[in-house]
Amino acid sequence: MSSILATNLPSVLQEESSAKGEPPPGRPAGGSALVDALFRHVTRLAALLVFSVLAAILFSLLVGSGQSITRFGLAFLFNPEWDPVKEEFGALVPIVGTLATAAIAMIIAVPVSFGIALFLTELSPPWLKRPLGTAIELLAAIPSIIYGMWGLFVFAPLFMEHVQPLFVATLGKLPLIGVLFAGPPIGIGIFTAGLILSIMVIPFIASVMRDVFDLVPPMLKESAYALGGTTWEVMWKVVLPYTKVGVIGGIMLGLGRALGETMAVTFVIGNAHRLSGSLFAPGNSIASALANEFTEAVGELYSSALIELGLVLFLITSIVLALSKIMLMQLAKQEGTRS
Amino acid sequence: MEANLHHEAISEHNPIYKRRRLLNRLLMVVSLSMLLYGLAWLAWILVTLLIEGGSALKPSLFTEMTPPPGGNGGLANAIWGSLLMVSTATLLGTPVGILAGTYLAEYGRDTWLAPATRFLNDMLLSAPSIIIGLFIYTIYVAKVKHFSGWGGTLALALIVIPVVVRTTDDMLKLVPNSLREAAVALGCPMWKMVTMVCYRAARAGILTGVLLAVARIAGETAPLLFTALNNQFWSSDMNAPMANLPVVIFQFAMSPYADWQRLAWGGAALITIGVLGLNIAARLILSKKN
Repeated sequence: MSSILATNLPSVLQEESSAKGEPPPGRPAGGSALVDALFRHVTRLAALLVFSVLAAILFSLLVGSGQSITRFGLAFLFNPEWDPVKEEFGALVPIVGTLATAAIAMIIAVPVSFGIALFLTELSPPWLKRPLGTAIELLAAIPSIIYGMWGLFVFAPLFMEHVQPLFVATLGKLPLIGVLFAGPPIGIGIFTAGLILSIMVIPFIASVMRDVFDLVPPMLKESAYALGGTTWEVMWKVVLPYTKVGVIGGIMLGLGRALGETMAVTFVIGNAHRLSGSLFAPGNSIASALANEFTEAVGELYSSALIELGLVLFLITSIVLALSKIMLMQLAKQEGTRS
Repeated sequence: MEANLHHEAISEHNPIYKRRRLLNRLLMVVSLSMLLYGLAWLAWILVTLLIEGGSALKPSLFTEMTPPPGGNGGLANAIWGSLLMVSTATLLGTPVGILAGTYLAEYGRDTWLAPATRFLNDMLLSAPSIIIGLFIYTIYVAKVKHFSGWGGTLALALIVIPVVVRTTDDMLKLVPNSLREAAVALGCPMWKMVTMVCYRAARAGILTGVLLAVARIAGETAPLLFTALNNQFWSSDMNAPMANLPVVIFQFAMSPYADWQRLAWGGAALITIGVLGLNIAARLILSKKN
């Protein structure tokens, strides 16, 4: 929206300053125009650098994983084996682990973030909005390694002792979904990792939701209230449909974060290269496999396979983040045309 | 007659109205409890850090080296290494970030490069930090064939850049055009207008961005695992593996030794205090400005 501020003034300036030959009368020629061109080109160079970083990452990961790609081909993605001794590598277990933990995180974080954003935009007294918003955003500031340590030493033991047996005794007995909660309670595993991830992405999703809810024209909301809608009805039937694209963009942003989160997951996922139906079983994610094994990987093929894991993660998160950005831009555009 | 109808519609006895109000109440309570749920985790983590880390925060934490298992020691070398790498990375990343942000906001308004860079920069901002570490490993560490403080610095600088680009871009866009017009009307060349007028007007915002970037990299662990690695000793040699708080915390916390774990808690409390402090400082600067 701030682009509305942008008149075409600077482009006029730009042309004037690039016409080096004729300095405006009354100003010394030469030196200043040179500095001007230099400064513009330096900033352009910096922008080009930023522009090329992602492509460079993609390229370097492709080169680094070349050996693994030629050796295993597409089967790499579907092979559950991960055996450094026999030099057989497949990414299925970490891919499933990454997707499963991120899915759990989203299932928990999306409704919670919606509740928080609703409270901050509609219910909170104005003087409390700022401190509460900041407190929620501080959840995002805590380094991921702190979440990991806290999860391993504080949360997992309590979860194992008091919560997990409850799940196993109730949901674990049900047919069909029972298998999800089967197994001995050990505190760490896919579910714990997902739960901790959900806490870490709540601030991202909640703050995007709050920001897009604030974009709704007050007239729209006031009309709905005037027709007798309750706060919930206004939220669900007016605000949410209006901001749908932005809300999905925010969720995707959180998903992108959850997929790539490393340290917190490494502490609590259990680091087992094993496929299991149970959410309480230890597993592995792409990021935690990299964190644990990369420095200790012996042999080029092993390193190369790990870099290919990184490549897979990079591609998945890039797609998710690009979609998120496109959706948020769409909302901003729609906002621009309507107002 | 009309008044009567109206009255009936919102009377307590109208079942539809009653149900709608009940549902609303219920969901508003749910919304409040979601907020409390989020805040409860924050409080729980902070209290744990205060209790577990508080007892480890002793002067020896800052004066003694990381010990072998079973020995006494502190985190002095790790704190030093972190300070060194975070400050060099900030010095390296900030100018690039500010310049690129300047291009996006001031020069690139009608180019294809600016929107494309803005898009990619936002993706870089959320890219997994472990991938950044892997990238620096493949282009730098694997080439020079040893882990080093420079590797860690490069990885951290690459995380600083998108944060600074984004805030510089946003903050410069908030500078009113009348200021630019006034500068140009006085005969200012563009570079002078940008550095003397726009930067000054956006100073607080840009500083906020830098502080947030420092806060972000101070706790980053994943990109340092394959770049700076770790070092048991005091070292200021940026060409050698370098101790740093996050990796030491990781190694010590995952170890079976109780005294290592205590040190890890001390380091964790230290980092969190620093990071949250920087975050709050950044917000205060910005809100004061506004």
